[in-house]
Amino acid sequence: MTEIFGVPTQALFGQLLVGLINGSFYAVLSLGLAIIFGLLNIINFAHGALYMMGAFLAWIGLTYFGINYWLALVLAPLAVGIFGMLLERLMLKRLYHLDHLYGLLLTFGLALIIEGLFRYFYGISGQPYTVPEALGGAWNLGFMFLPKYRGWVIAISLVVCLATWFVIERTKLGAYLRAGTENPKLLQAFGVNVPLLITLTYGYGVALAAFAGVLAAPVFSVNPVMGSNLIIVVFAVVVIGGMGSILGSIVTGLGLGLVEGVTRVYYPEASAVVVFVIMVIVLLVRPAGLFGREK
Amino acid sequence: MKRDYVIMLVLLAALIVAPMFVYPVFLMKLLCFALFACAFNLLLGYTGLLSFGHAAFFGGAAYVTGHAVRNLGFTPELGLLAGMATAAMLGFVVGSLAIRRAGIYFAMITLALAQMIYFLALQFRFTGGEDGLQGVPRGHLFGIIDLSQINTMYFFVLVVFCIGFWIIYRAIHSPFGQVLKAIRENEPRAISLGYDVDKYKLVAFVLSAALSGLAGSTKTLVFQLASLTDVHWHMSGEVVLMTLLGGMGTVFGPIAGAAIVVGLQNYASGLGEWVTVITGAIFVLCVLAFRRGVVGELAALFRKPGSR
Repeated sequence: MTEIFGVPTQALFGQLLVGLINGSFYAVLSLGLAIIFGLLNIINFAHGALYMMGAFLAWIGLTYFGINYWLALVLAPLAVGIFGMLLERLMLKRLYHLDHLYGLLLTFGLALIIEGLFRYFYGISGQPYTVPEALGGAWNLGFMFLPKYRGWVIAISLVVCLATWFVIERTKLGAYLRAGTENPKLLQAFGVNVPLLITLTYGYGVALAAFAGVLAAPVFSVNPVMGSNLIIVVFAVVVIGGMGSILGSIVTGLGLGLVEGVTRVYYPEASAVVVFVIMVIVLLVRPAGLFGREK
Repeated sequence: MKRDYVIMLVLLAALIVAPMFVYPVFLMKLLCFALFACAFNLLLGYTGLLSFGHAAFFGGAAYVTGHAVRNLGFTPELGLLAGMATAAMLGFVVGSLAIRRAGIYFAMITLALAQMIYFLALQFRFTGGEDGLQGVPRGHLFGIIDLSQINTMYFFVLVVFCIGFWIIYRAIHSPFGQVLKAIRENEPRAISLGYDVDKYKLVAFVLSAALSGLAGSTKTLVFQLASLTDVHWHMSGEVVLMTLLGGMGTVFGPIAGAAIVVGLQNYASGLGEWVTVITGAIFVLCVLAFRRGVVGELAALFRKPGSR
């Protein structure tokens, strides 16, 4: 068997694959955070809880109503997106005239409520979610086996991220969004319904989180704390990428997933900390983040 | 000012007689968290900096004190000092990095750095990993006074709390505190007045971290335990809740907030997961409706109309 720096290629590629999968989740989640932060100027602390909610809705759908994976992939984000829009209309809207920190605190409270409720009803042990039939098995790539489902997660995450990037950077709707982040009042004066734009944006960002949750359901076990463990790393990704930067969140998300994977091969003890170490280094060199602009 | 002293004396008198009526261990827990919340309030309420990583200082100091007292044979007071010094050093490092950015960025950076401390606590040998540091002896104060007596321990904790609270109170009402408030109200103006704003922020951060560490160290001696709960980010969230609920930027608010939260956790623990839900609901309610907190709302109620 061939080796790279004393590690069998099989193991290295295996960890790189795990890293790439984690990276896909980081990318989709931090993309949602970036969009929400861009327009609402709120760090959505409930993001992890809503990601967990997406996974749970998929599991509940399958277990109690026989809703299959493909349908859940559409329905769960839709449901969570609508839930998010309600939250925005009923609560977040009241905070825009205040210090941005209140948004963070409110969403933190919401995260506690959502997580607590799921823990009350389903306990903290994980629920299994089977891989859909069409994506069972694995491809033999010659140097390693790639489970089909994992390949699918990476591919669809990339497609969703790039599509979102395209809409925001290249279309008229995206232009409105970007104008809204620069100067909402002026945009309103041009006759654009800015409050609606904000509600929809929050809904979309939250739906992205739920989408990642459904994707994650067959990979990890579905449990109420799956979001709160992941979200802090995603926050670090957002800080490294430059808060609010669309491209930054996608690239950094995938990149850091890979870095984590490589670290797990060569120095496993550091794999949980490596993202934060990188964050410190980036902050020292570029306080605004890799892709961020200095405000 | 004069009213503050009256409240302080009443509070002190109440705390001296309280162990006759209330379970002392509960009171000690309350005092530890009240000190933690007061130290946090120095930063959020008086400097306008929301740190979401204060568990790192609380828990970091808890571990160091536990290790020093249990494994290195430190006396309790030296253990507290060691914990405090560690927290101050951590505060210096985290603070220097975080004050490079403001607002939400500041909160995120403190949170992520605190999470790093959490993972280190999980990895290091001396922290006992998942088990934590158990069976930390309370020891003899100055080598003489036996702290295993529950009432002696209570009064020791009360003295520690009073010292910590007094330091914070003096800091707030000193010229230094005035500059902090100026930074909170209008940072650009404070800069234009010639103050080295970053230096003031850093000093406030280190002071807050050190006192949070003192609270964490004391907690270790009370419960004879330092564990991952102390460094987990939920702890950072809890101290924000205490401060917000009691009233940030008020002298006594954090004490009231800590009393409500600790009381809720103690007396409603039979409700299991509902405690988390209730805590979250209180958070939401505070942010939406009672942003001044309990003490802040009370103060507004008793203030004579037109006196503002």
